Amino acid sequence: MNAPKPIEADTWSVAGRTFTSRLIVGTGKYKSFEENAAAVEASGAEIVTVAVRRVNIADPNQPRLTDFIDPKKITYLPNTAGCFSAEDAIRTLRLAREAGGWSLVKLEVLGEAKTLYPDMRETLRATEVLVKEGFEPMVYCVDDPIAAKQLEEAGAVAIMPLGAPIGSGLGIQNRVTIRLIVEGAAVPVLVDAGVGTSSDAAVAMELGCDGVLMNTAIAEAKDPLLMARAMRSAVEAGRLAYLAGRMQKRRYADPSSPLAGLI
Amino acid sequence: MSLDTSLSIRVNGEHRRVPGGLSIAEMVSQLGLDPLRVAVERNLEVIPRSTLGELCVEDGDDFEIVHFVGGG
Repeated sequence: MNAPKPIEADTWSVAGRTFTSRLIVGTGKYKSFEENAAAVEASGAEIVTVAVRRVNIADPNQPRLTDFIDPKKITYLPNTAGCFSAEDAIRTLRLAREAGGWSLVKLEVLGEAKTLYPDMRETLRATEVLVKEGFEPMVYCVDDPIAAKQLEEAGAVAIMPLGAPIGSGLGIQNRVTIRLIVEGAAVPVLVDAGVGTSSDAAVAMELGCDGVLMNTAIAEAKDPLLMARAMRSAVEAGRLAYLAGRMQKRRYADPSSPLAGLI
Repeated sequence: MSLDTSLSIRVNGEHRRVPGGLSIAEMVSQLGLDPLRVAVERNLEVIPRSTLGELCVEDGDDFEIVHFVGGG
């Protein structure tokens, strides 16, 4: 029998943890915690990124993210957003590990505010230190296959190249390099940053990425919940298309109806 | 004559005075925070949650108290 492959079995693993959803969503820029939680639900995401920031000691009873998105049900992936040196990022993640009690983290070390492009020298240095300290860093990086390989050698548990600058929504600018990274990596590859709409997420998955991470594309949509659903479908569609194996491109038409028997 | 035994510390960049002899967990609680839901750094060193109740606040300590917030 030609039974279809069970789609449920299509999971991916990072640092020994297995997930079904290939969509990771951020928790920034939402109008409210309620909207944020509803968008996470609609996206089907099992992992959310979170930032580490000072508590507001002037008003300690403010509502908290953890009241709306339960860290027992959704994996919190602490990030180092806003860190421009290896030292700042390492310090932030040491605190994150104490706050959350887990070692799976997202490392990003930025080079400049204008583009938020990663500083790869600092990123690599931070990766080496974090791995020595027992962290399992998923690492935001440039879409450079050599840099990706160096991160993997340093112990990154996932490679997360940008599709375009953070928050730009420009879509995947260099499919060739993303594909090269996918082909060269023995750890999961997730496009992180640059996705603007559902087709961008589908492209990432069609290139063979293990997942996609996004925040602004959902949070700044006119209807974030609807966009969260769209992204969920797009990631699934792109993944299925990748598994299915797309047809070859050809330069001219090829009729789909038989030529034989024409009247 | 009474001696002022209060300590001068900084918490998240703000100057504070607290009574002497407080544990770090007690100091955090006095700020209205749950020590189980935050992470504490003292003088650039992360304090394991399990020891917050044992370690005392010292004069001149510089604390950072953080938690998770929304972010991408």
